[in-house]
Amino acid sequence: MHLSLFVTCVIDQLCPKVGEATLTLLEQTGCTVDFNPRQTCCGQPACNAGYENEAQQVARHTLDVLEGDNPIVVPSGSCAAQLKHYDQLFPADDPDHERALALAPRIHELSEFLVDHLQYDASRSGFKGILTWHDACHSLRELGIKNQPRQLLAQVPGVELIEASECETCCGFGGTFAIKLPDLSVAMTDRKLDEIETLGVDGIVSTDASCLMQLGSRLANRGSKIRALHLAEILTQ
Amino acid sequence: MSSPNRRTSQHNAPIAHLKANDFKNASQAALQDAPLRRALSRATDTFKQRRLGALEEVDDWEALRTHGRAIKDETLSRLDHHLLRFVDQATARGTQVHFAATREEACTWIADLAERLDVKTVVKSKSMTTEEIGLNAALEERDLHPVETDLGEWIIQLADETPSHIIVPAIHKSRESVAKLFEERLGAEPDLDAIRLTQLAREILRGSYLEAELGVSGINFAIAETGSFLVLENEGNARLTTSLPRVHVAIMGIEKLLPRWADLETFLRLLPRSGTGQHLTSYQSIFTGPKRNPEDEGPEEVHVLILDNGRSKILDDDVTRETLACIRCGACLNACPVYAQVGGHAYGSVYPGPIGAILTPQLAGSKEAVPLPGASSLCGACRDVCPVKIDIPRILLHQRNEVTRKLPMHAPFERLAMKAFARMACAPGLWHRSLALARPFLRFAAGSSLPSRALRCMIPPLAAWSKKRSLPGPARHSFRQRYQRKNS
Ligand code: SF4
Repeated sequence: MHLSLFVTCVIDQLCPKVGEATLTLLEQTGCTVDFNPRQTCCGQPACNAGYENEAQQVARHTLDVLEGDNPIVVPSGSCAAQLKHYDQLFPADDPDHERALALAPRIHELSEFLVDHLQYDASRSGFKGILTWHDACHSLRELGIKNQPRQLLAQVPGVELIEASECETCCGFGGTFAIKLPDLSVAMTDRKLDEIETLGVDGIVSTDASCLMQLGSRLANRGSKIRALHLAEILTQ
Repeated sequence: MSSPNRRTSQHNAPIAHLKANDFKNASQAALQDAPLRRALSRATDTFKQRRLGALEEVDDWEALRTHGRAIKDETLSRLDHHLLRFVDQATARGTQVHFAATREEACTWIADLAERLDVKTVVKSKSMTTEEIGLNAALEERDLHPVETDLGEWIIQLADETPSHIIVPAIHKSRESVAKLFEERLGAEPDLDAIRLTQLAREILRGSYLEAELGVSGINFAIAETGSFLVLENEGNARLTTSLPRVHVAIMGIEKLLPRWADLETFLRLLPRSGTGQHLTSYQSIFTGPKRNPEDEGPEEVHVLILDNGRSKILDDDVTRETLACIRCGACLNACPVYAQVGGHAYGSVYPGPIGAILTPQLAGSKEAVPLPGASSLCGACRDVCPVKIDIPRILLHQRNEVTRKLPMHAPFERLAMKAFARMACAPGLWHRSLALARPFLRFAAGSSLPSRALRCMIPPLAAWSKKRSLPGPARHSFRQRYQRKNS
């Protein structure tokens, strides 16, 4: 199968290794993967802050970049959801609305693609540790992803997965929300972390790079030993 | 914690006691209030758990929600027709129906009625619509004496505050703080337990029921087919409020209608389960006109006051109309991670939480509630629990767009930054070159040395981020650079 990778700006700039791990995973299954270096950002920051025109501009650029008909894998849930819902940015009579609708079924979040389309076998991962899964809001509620990552983690022999009762609670990031209302944002993060700290886990795993940034930054600030990890990092160990 | 004073009735704002533009400060203050946050998290967790328990016995909750929403959509698509039908049917059964376009009109009408009846004491059961119009303050200005009879509302009235939750008005108050309030205001013994507090309130309230000649209630659902209306409650106070006084006034927004009697079945299953996690509230009172011969109980006059106050404007808006499908169950407040941290007063509106964040700007105008659409991480928990499937995050986004469109002077730096962001994101060369230049700088800013920390403090977004979070330094080389190097 020939795939395209949309790596997302956060992974491109902050944690390129997660992007490389994603490539490795996909190539392990015999897929060929292309990466168009003209890609930048999905435009979510502008969209979520209420800058519709700016969000449209970036969406148009990304629609150009992702032109084609092969599946596109995105290692971040909220960016995948944004790309999948580009149609909502354009009025129905705009030609880009049509292009957005054509793009939507090609977009796949990483864990969903590995499980539902590649029947990926995660048992070869050598990762060892106790983990808890964070259901990123957009993966869970916009893309309906719940079981796929758990299924993958369950296959890894060295992983023990402990569920947090607050696994579906927002991490508090919310894009510009995290900067505009920083104390509130962190208070929301703490609600999750206070529980997770009691579980005795080594890491919080997710496929949403922004949630991981929020959780990881707060964990570091709290002086916690728990790490925020991307699923691709676990599966490629 | 902020305690908005009831008596600051702003005559021109469409919602009484509106202070929504103060969200940032008010939420900040709430975050410092440990007892408030304890009370909130305990209460919202309990309601969330109870709701889940109550849903378990429903075979197909999704189908029920879909059905409820379809009935609401049907109602809203021909609201004028259903309203006229309600008026005809209610009038035929002896109920007097009135319309008020604004909150002033509604308040004046009720105060005039009280004067005409020559009553001094007005008993009230819980009604968010009367909070919206600021009825208590308006009555007090005319020397009338409104008495809240719902225990939570009564506590709030005693404390001179506004409710902080649409179904649990005193959710922010602990038992201890209520005991203290009773001690200070009523001279009660110190530190009474919950039962004694309730008994005391009940003793005092009984007197008011007997004194009052006018009872004011809200309406949960009005039935166009029969001209009846329904009030749900758990304490029996609404039943007393509506049956002991000689005159009963019930007030509702134009959207509270259901077309048919049979539709009640769906909503009686949706509302109590979503709100308090009950199968059914303890009391359901249905009113179809005043007492008739030979009945010797119930009010002699029943009035229904139907309030617009900005609602018909919402009805005309294709994008946000679904806001009017809301049945005020409160589930979205309990589910909201922002509400759970800061509580209802932070929103500065009688309608707080997710529904308040979308309804307040629509009723009062986006200028009056600029921060509310932003008071959300767009997590979508509210949409998951809403019994009528209102897509609150979609409307929040729409309203954020409205703010940036209608208020061009709002957040000038953010506007510039977004313009620059879009320009760069559409020009890959520029994007990657600029980020390559920024990375060493940001790596330095993320360091732990003194100069690094000083630098962070000078750049507001970095300062905001790193006050309680470490700053993630970018990688030395981007994914793109590493990929291109490997594949060249
Ligand atoms: S928006 Fe939905 S969940 Fe919130 S109060 Fe209204 S009906 Fe209930």
